[in-house]
Amino acid sequence: MAGSNRSPDVVVIGAGVVGAACAYYCSLAGLSVTVIERGAIGGGTTSACEGNILLSDKEPGPELDLALLSSRLWEEIAGEMGAERLEYESKGGVVVAASAAGADGLRRLTAAQRGAGVEAVDVSYGEVTELEPNITRDVVSGAYYPQDSQVQPVLATARLLQHARARGVTVLTGTEVTGFWRDARGALIGVETNSAEAPVIRAGRVVNAAGTWSGQLSELAGAPVPVLPRKGFILVTEPLPRVIRHKVYSADYVANVASGEAGLESSVVVEGTRAGTVLIGASRERVGFDRSMSLPVLRRLAAQAIAVFPFLAEVALLRSYLGFRPYCPDHLPVIGADPRAPGLLHATGHEGAGIGLSAATGHLIAQVVAGTEPDLDLTPFRPDRFEEAIG
Amino acid sequence: MSGGASFEFRFDDETIHAEEGQSIGAALIAAGHRSWRSTRIEGAPRGLFCGIGVCFDCLVTVNGRPNRRACLMEAMPGDQVRTQEGAGRGDLSC
Repeated sequence: MAGSNRSPDVVVIGAGVVGAACAYYCSLAGLSVTVIERGAIGGGTTSACEGNILLSDKEPGPELDLALLSSRLWEEIAGEMGAERLEYESKGGVVVAASAAGADGLRRLTAAQRGAGVEAVDVSYGEVTELEPNITRDVVSGAYYPQDSQVQPVLATARLLQHARARGVTVLTGTEVTGFWRDARGALIGVETNSAEAPVIRAGRVVNAAGTWSGQLSELAGAPVPVLPRKGFILVTEPLPRVIRHKVYSADYVANVASGEAGLESSVVVEGTRAGTVLIGASRERVGFDRSMSLPVLRRLAAQAIAVFPFLAEVALLRSYLGFRPYCPDHLPVIGADPRAPGLLHATGHEGAGIGLSAATGHLIAQVVAGTEPDLDLTPFRPDRFEEAIG
Repeated sequence: MSGGASFEFRFDDETIHAEEGQSIGAALIAAGHRSWRSTRIEGAPRGLFCGIGVCFDCLVTVNGRPNRRACLMEAMPGDQVRTQEGAGRGDLSC
């Protein structure tokens, strides 16, 4: 296991979708990589989400630029691997506005998004009901986003790592990073682990892709980034035939995603899956790593889903699940080299958009490590921006 | 131990005898039926599997409502129970 690659070019910490994408693109660039994961592949937030690759919920700005790049890369990955193998579906998104004010806001958003390169089509009430025959009749207008797509997130993560392994990448699961090695000048030169087989792994670069837990890890590395958990519930219905064709959500969702509110927020996103179940997300609560069930939150999500698709009132829920989205105070991810700890890079803080943004994140990290010019300006995502904000 | 009143309900075109407190699944098994649903993809027959409400294999349409667990639903006089095809929500398919 440790034989072939005792001193890789890159150690990636975390085998969620972001770490997997980093390993995929770094190995594609010819770098040797070891991925270290304390649990199982995709066992954190990757397995507790919906697998969205969305452009529709983002306003023009650095995150939308990242999402546009990532959307193209996911399409490319699906083309190379075969869309079926990661359950990549370019199903499109439909956003509906239930009031005249909501409709105005949505039209302003789509116009701005079109200016940024997103395919965003304003659609009438009649067109909404053609796109989604089972939708409520209480719709004023909507927007159609043909580029919105999805993958099965754990499957996609496993496929990325499968391809990375075929290029020589080593993946150590059940292995936790317990410390960092630095040279005399303070540069990171490796990691310590709890594994008897690989207690120390020296590497030229270390990528922090530990998702919601990357804040703690960054402190251990002496270069803190404020990544915090934001709890989100998702409801799962009994299996149904195809009843919902796209990702469907209310225009409120966009406002909630960008919100800084601490309390409970929920705005519904409803979609069918290949297995037949309908997924209803997603609440957002800042309550730390509290895994407790909250019936009021589930009720609220269910009521919002029924408001969009009235037939759901007669459909049974099988279960719910929850995940902790890794968010930063400014709701932008952290991507790039950390000047406070030479050798350390971060690839984290994607909040509820980690599946969608992972491909571009891995691609950009590989460009930074390989020393080529990144496709996007990484300034908005720089790891030390929070210290500047504090002063 | 029974001793309760017995009554009848309908299963497709058949009359089924049940005793007070008996589940629909138990009454169907007692009447010699082993399956009352076909799976969504392969159309394979399904009936009681776990019998305790966990596996969702014994789903059946009761009084027009699909996806009732036959093992948990108490049979009631006059119930209209129907074999369920697939998800039982073909009317919503689009």
